[in-house]
Amino acid sequence: MGEGGRSGTRQSPAEHPTPAQPKPAHASLHPGAWWLWSLALGTAATRTTNPLLLTLLITTSAYVVATRRPNTPWSRSYGAFVKLAAAVLLIRLAFAVILGSPIPGTHVLVHLPEVPLPDWAQGIRLGGKVTAEALTFALYDALRLATLLICVGAANALANPSRLLKSLPGALYELGVAVVVALTFAPNLIADVQRLRAARRLRGRPDKGIRGLLHVGLPVLEGALERSVALAAAMDARGYGRTAEVPPAVRRTTAALTLGGLLGVCAGTYGLLTAEGGTYGVPVLLAGLASALAGLWLGGRRTLRTRYRPDAWDARAWLVTASGVAVAALLTLAASRDPGALHPGVVPLVAPTLPLWPAAAVLIGLLPAFVTPAPEPVRTTTRKEPTT
Amino acid sequence: MIRFENVSVTYDGVPEPAVRDVDFEVPEGELVLLVGPSGVGKSTILGAVSGLVPHFTGGTLHGRVTVAGRDTRTHKPRELADVVGTVGQDPLSHFVTDTVEDELAYGMESLGLAPDVMRRRVEETLDLLGLADLRNRPISTLSGGQQQRVAIGSVLTPHPRVLVLDEPTSALDPAAAEEVLAVLQRLVHDLGTTVLMAEHRLERVIQYADQVALLPGPGERPWLGTPAEVMAVSPVYPPVVDLGRLADWSPLPLTVRDARRKAAALRTRLADHEPPQQHNPTPPPPTRRLFKRTKPDHATTAAPVAEVRSLAVRRDRVQALRDVDLTVTPGETLALMGRNGAGKSTLLSALVGLVTPASGSVRTGDAIPHRTRPRDLVRRVGLVPQEPRDLLYADTVAAECAAADRDAEAPPGTCRALLTELLPSVADDTHPRDLSEGQRLTLALAVVLTARPPLLLLDEPTRGLDYAAKARLVRILRGLASEGHAIVMATHDVELAAELAHRVVLLAEGEVIADGPSAEVVVASPSFAPQVAKILAPQHWLTVSQVREALR
Repeated sequence: MGEGGRSGTRQSPAEHPTPAQPKPAHASLHPGAWWLWSLALGTAATRTTNPLLLTLLITTSAYVVATRRPNTPWSRSYGAFVKLAAAVLLIRLAFAVILGSPIPGTHVLVHLPEVPLPDWAQGIRLGGKVTAEALTFALYDALRLATLLICVGAANALANPSRLLKSLPGALYELGVAVVVALTFAPNLIADVQRLRAARRLRGRPDKGIRGLLHVGLPVLEGALERSVALAAAMDARGYGRTAEVPPAVRRTTAALTLGGLLGVCAGTYGLLTAEGGTYGVPVLLAGLASALAGLWLGGRRTLRTRYRPDAWDARAWLVTASGVAVAALLTLAASRDPGALHPGVVPLVAPTLPLWPAAAVLIGLLPAFVTPAPEPVRTTTRKEPTT
Repeated sequence: MIRFENVSVTYDGVPEPAVRDVDFEVPEGELVLLVGPSGVGKSTILGAVSGLVPHFTGGTLHGRVTVAGRDTRTHKPRELADVVGTVGQDPLSHFVTDTVEDELAYGMESLGLAPDVMRRRVEETLDLLGLADLRNRPISTLSGGQQQRVAIGSVLTPHPRVLVLDEPTSALDPAAAEEVLAVLQRLVHDLGTTVLMAEHRLERVIQYADQVALLPGPGERPWLGTPAEVMAVSPVYPPVVDLGRLADWSPLPLTVRDARRKAAALRTRLADHEPPQQHNPTPPPPTRRLFKRTKPDHATTAAPVAEVRSLAVRRDRVQALRDVDLTVTPGETLALMGRNGAGKSTLLSALVGLVTPASGSVRTGDAIPHRTRPRDLVRRVGLVPQEPRDLLYADTVAAECAAADRDAEAPPGTCRALLTELLPSVADDTHPRDLSEGQRLTLALAVVLTARPPLLLLDEPTRGLDYAAKARLVRILRGLASEGHAIVMATHDVELAAELAHRVVLLAEGEVIADGPSAEVVVASPSFAPQVAKILAPQHWLTVSQVREALR
């Protein structure tokens, strides 16, 4: 083992030991910036139903994902989100065809046989005429939702969700760990189901179908339970949940602040929502929030944890976030200035046009593809074991 | 460093204590090996050091365990986290985060170390364990040996003074195991870390141990001694010790090197004996044919039970197998060896139709596995997976056997009769989960054999088995082979391959790199050669039983 062995497997033997390590993934962007950028693009998508603008939004986020996603298992989830979006689109169209649509239209494409329904089901229609207007409306509507989903998928692919949770404040750390463990749990569960269904095949039973799935249910849950117990033991043995000694006074203050704060938030919300509480609603809500936040901050003193290489929020993170927010803001502005262009009419049916300056605004969303560092190149061999 | 004072542990609902009268001390900076047959409470003793027994597992601990002066009675596992690092049997259930670097930092974050200290220690540990190239890799994409090293690294970063390891090398190929052990030795020598470790594969670890704690049987008192002392009387011992006892060497050698020094006389005694050729019912096909296209002549060979032709398989964008040719004839025992991730399990899966070939062909008997209905396939080929428990669903052994009869459309009682033959002691109403590793493997074997498949596949059959269980498995498999079953096993256990296999196929990166009689293939490779072959080289002896036969 040792250096001699490993250098043999290196890809470019000509390149002699470089003094500087290749820039690690930590030089990459703060995950929060990616999430803000993606969510802002998603917000922009909700402002319009113009299919050309929506397609442009999808293309923009897809381009950034294609050039900037790291080579990790979670970044492959993008494909799943795209499929989900396509499914949403198809289901929405199928509903428009089968259940009809309140959109009046004159361009009848096809007449489906209408199923007569009893009186109590008035207002529901099955079958009947399918108009081009209704379909176009459904398509625009579904495309908007699909774009939103693809934007969330982009966030997932570009930034590891568990790294995002690492940025939570100290007092909420336990919550973050619970979410992370749950996130890693799902892939393990799927792997278990696949393994056990394969085992069913080995026993000579059909491995497909619902029955096969039901049969492996119990062993899978058993395995999941055992794994969580083993993980809990490992976490305990590695110091999870160590707490600092906190004076009783501080502990009591924390409890009082948090509880009082939550009560205040409840009372304030009640005040805001009822007619006669208009005067005290807002101040009580704010006071409650402040007290709850103070409780959280004090509670953070109980945890000993420190953070290893926290992601820095640097200029690039600002730029990426700003580019997303700019797209959202400009499209919101455009929606109020020129609603006709952003919401092309379906009755009467007109071809949508690409409004120029909103389209230019969407292109601002491409900025991250140029200001963020490129991901590490994909290795040709995924399994590289140092030879001995 | 670790002191056990009259410790006995009784788990809830069990009348007998799991371990009794444990009373020894592990001095600082030593590597102590815990040995004994399965089920004598090795894991219980290891768990008691980190405080997981009884704080996490329940049960009652009598006596006192102190680690670096801290009593585990008053300190919970998390309060011992800065002195004890624990790695369990399965590294995957140990990981909390998803990338290597974060995993190394996790323990230190919990202890609240300063960021600059964490940074320095992560870098040191990456270098110490040779993980620097993998620092940003997601853990799920690593191979078994790499995962094991990350698991060890993740408990090393808080600089514990004691390291507790439960079977650190049992899932690893020989080369990866040596890598992990070299790291442990470096920790003991350079950093003065105290290591307490349990391991079944003594041939891999015994030479690294400073002392050995022997648990001779369930409920018996463990005792601590030097490796040579303990090995002289231990019920579990590696082949080198077996050979040493056979040849009456004193003091007993523990390493191949020591044994070779003493073996000159034995080699001359064996010179006029010929090592028995492990008979092949039919000659194996030549390793490399000059022209791939030329038809192998089948005139002399019996109809093969499995035939693989230029098979390629892709899994998750990885080329798991490429251009693999393999023929298995009836009655032949074949060992598939190679690193973790070389494609051994994939090849077995292809033979039972669990994966679809990207190109090439697979035939088992007259069937194409991935196109055959499972019900028909079980009569042609059976696979015992790496985790035999996956095969078992029922609540009792009897129900499992009845289900196996139904699945295989065999007369009722077939499976139970097989099981009784292989493992007479198992009661009908036992839950499969309560069986020991070896018993569970045998039950899975009986279930698979109920359909009488001519081809039997085993994936890592000796993982977690002690020497006695392994010897029983060897007897069973020999019997099956002599009845005409063809057996293909994927294994890291070189001793098992030497004992059983007529033929060894070495895989690397999804390609067959060697295929020939075990004596030739295994002896030619330093990492796959069994201990006896290394000691008696250049003579081609593979196992102690061969030598014993010859000397009789």
